[in-house]
Amino acid sequence: MAGSASLETHPGLDQWIEITEDERILVHTGKVDIGQRISTALAMIAAEELDVDYDRIDIKRTETGIDPNEGFTAGSMSMMHSGNAVRHAAATARARLLDMAADELGAERDSLEIDDGLIQVPGTNRSVSFWELAGGKPFEADVDIDIPVKAPAGHSVIGQTVLAKGMTGIVSGKMEYLHDLRLPGMKFGRLVRPPHYRASLKSLDAGVVERLEASGVSVIRNGSFLAVAAEGEYEAVKAAARLANAAEWDMGGGLPTQELYEALTANERISLPVVEGGAPIDAPVPALADPPAEAAATLSARYEKPYHMHGSIGPSAGCAVFEDGRLTVWTHNQGVYPLRAAIAEALEMEPDDVHVRFVPGAGCYGHNGADDAAFDAALCAIAVPGAPILLKWTRDDEHAWEPYGSAMVMELRASIDGGGRIIDWSHESYGDTFMGRPAPGRAGTPAEKLVSTHFMENPIDWPVPPPTMGAHVGIHRNLEPFYNFPVPRLVKNLVRGMPLRVSALRTLGAFGNTVAIEAFMNELAEAAGIDPVTFRLNHLDDDRAKECITALAGMMAADEAGDGDGLGQGIAFARYKNSAAYCATGAEVEITDEAEVKLTRAWIACDAGEVVDPHGLIAQLEGGYIQAASWTLYEQVTWDRDGITSRDWDSYPILRFDNVPEVECRLMERPGMPFLGAGETVAGPAGGAIANAIHDAIGIRLRRMPFNRDAIRAAALA
Amino acid sequence: MAKISLSVNGERREVEADPAAPLIFVLRDQLGLTGPKLGCAQEQCGACAVIVDGERTLSCVRAASEFEGNEITTVEGLSGGGELSPIQQAFAEMGAAQCGYCTPGIVIAATALLSSNPRPSEDEIVEALHQHLCRCGSHRRVLAAIDNLIAGGV
Repeated sequence: MAGSASLETHPGLDQWIEITEDERILVHTGKVDIGQRISTALAMIAAEELDVDYDRIDIKRTETGIDPNEGFTAGSMSMMHSGNAVRHAAATARARLLDMAADELGAERDSLEIDDGLIQVPGTNRSVSFWELAGGKPFEADVDIDIPVKAPAGHSVIGQTVLAKGMTGIVSGKMEYLHDLRLPGMKFGRLVRPPHYRASLKSLDAGVVERLEASGVSVIRNGSFLAVAAEGEYEAVKAAARLANAAEWDMGGGLPTQELYEALTANERISLPVVEGGAPIDAPVPALADPPAEAAATLSARYEKPYHMHGSIGPSAGCAVFEDGRLTVWTHNQGVYPLRAAIAEALEMEPDDVHVRFVPGAGCYGHNGADDAAFDAALCAIAVPGAPILLKWTRDDEHAWEPYGSAMVMELRASIDGGGRIIDWSHESYGDTFMGRPAPGRAGTPAEKLVSTHFMENPIDWPVPPPTMGAHVGIHRNLEPFYNFPVPRLVKNLVRGMPLRVSALRTLGAFGNTVAIEAFMNELAEAAGIDPVTFRLNHLDDDRAKECITALAGMMAADEAGDGDGLGQGIAFARYKNSAAYCATGAEVEITDEAEVKLTRAWIACDAGEVVDPHGLIAQLEGGYIQAASWTLYEQVTWDRDGITSRDWDSYPILRFDNVPEVECRLMERPGMPFLGAGETVAGPAGGAIANAIHDAIGIRLRRMPFNRDAIRAAALA
Repeated sequence: MAKISLSVNGERREVEADPAAPLIFVLRDQLGLTGPKLGCAQEQCGACAVIVDGERTLSCVRAASEFEGNEITTVEGLSGGGELSPIQQAFAEMGAAQCGYCTPGIVIAATALLSSNPRPSEDEIVEALHQHLCRCGSHRRVLAAIDNLIAGGV
């Protein structure tokens, strides 16, 4: 059974499992529930290993100083980290409770049975409960990973359908989000942001500030950072509007307006070869050689993706109170410990004087504005000590200031021999960083990743990140193909001088890279005269990969995918990070008379190792597919010299209910196999399958996203 | 500030509020009904939807004072006595939410649709939900939950 990196740093059983006094089990975790149902999966694991009803398990919302530090909830790692840790912790707790019960009941330990936390001597009325034995008491022991966990055959919770934790609260409107927080004496905060990153505050009408303050509104100014705090939320909205009218901005040089895709390949950059295993090395980039002599055909293609927004439906929020030199922050970000370090550094406080607590927000899909909003709330709280400030970004703040997913260019060239085998492969990806999270232990300082540190008095310079060198991190995530090619030429290009603020968006570079690889595989299959399924299988040795693709092809054949006038179908495959879940996807599309891509049906075959919460995994896969379809077909951040121009949902359209395909999902059954992270695995293949289906439908190969009406019309005319 | 009298979830509520305050601020901040969510404050995303006299209505722009004399229902008002409504139950069972921030608005839209049109066509369902944005991609499950309800004859 797999161990867990989290147990190495947090070996104590009491750090994970708490037998509470009120006859419940509290599971501590450093991973936060952002809608991906990690709470549900962890509760199922704990219920399974402890023999306690699922409904009796609560998952603690992470806070610094109390819960395990598991870094960020990111990269599809939660099941490997917290899932394995909780599994071993629960198995250890169960074993110790059985030891205690054997003593207490004077019975053979191995003869005891457990039913919902009640330990019984079979055939007698002698029993003792977990709570009688250990309610409110620590175990004072370490997690023992040698204690066996249950074999899959004995599972009664894992693999079942359960009601997700929090679901009843969600549908009834009673779930408390950070945005709904109410604390005694709390005030509501709103920002007045500059027009763009390079602007600074030139003047502020003192009369307006005075009148606002006379009416009981706090005006917070720190350099070019401007905010208000008021008793009521609507009062804060109005005050922010008045303050915005009172501010004059120096626009600096404005935002660079060079053509995006030209900038990506023409700007200064750091270029590094990426080698086997998927990590870059500090070495010269090998030149692109002439194609091999035995090449029967050589193809080149350049794929492009624009900047994407996380686009949370709820704008980011943060709450903070500063009292007696200590700061408490409520956040919906993905890592309370890294945020504590960043805030402490930015405010020159001791980390121990900063307490950060997670409260759910709207889905984030990566590093959105949550960390920034928490820091903005902290800045306000310091200026208005004693009062908790619940600061909410507006829709405009979120659209214009969140750190976007970087735009990318993917340049590919490959040669096939006369038998249709790929004998040469080159893939260069260009982009800005995906590594903008505020976190210690990374390049640069945590504070420089918080947006408002660039607008405070004595502003910190904007970060200029070095290339990250880990395997499958950032631009080069899934740059290395999972297929068997002769040693491929892979290059990561970290481009400087790009116009927009960027960071981690779901899948990092894997979406762009996978779409490019999978579209290009179809181009090559066509050149080879081999169907796309067989062509992929011909280049794979990994049985699990082949099973996914074969299962997908079977589903699509049974459903007669693409059969019908005007329909097209396409497939794609990837193994996320070449180490997490395997995923094959299919898309069926119809191109309407208005040149719009209508998604009719979708298919997903996924191997995520052992599946704890199949209902939740399917929801993640469907949701990830739909989100990636939205990226592929609709989305791009736009800007001009004066700032971001896609500042609302009209100017940044996303997929709506009128273009939702039927989705059929198959999970490969892998009981007892290690968990493979699955929250992000579907995105790249979904985009690739859609690109291929469009080509199948109309014979046009689109290579610049979004594949919207304008793109199709332009391509048809070209 | 002015006195505003609203009928919310079957109760008469009197509040002192800025007459220009959009309804959502009165519901959330003064009446403690935080089910309706602020998503865009410009009637573009649907997270703030409530039912007004049987019709799905966005609450993030229009002033609360415009709603005097109307019957307002928020998502909290759908689950009388703590029991989920059939629509809420169907959404929960189908897992028709991930982060859930858009869900109250969508539940409201589905409720308003099915109470005026118990057997809507697929197109009518899509039309009723068209103004509602979901970023997690729960759309397919939302549609399935509604289909199940219709098939079950709710």
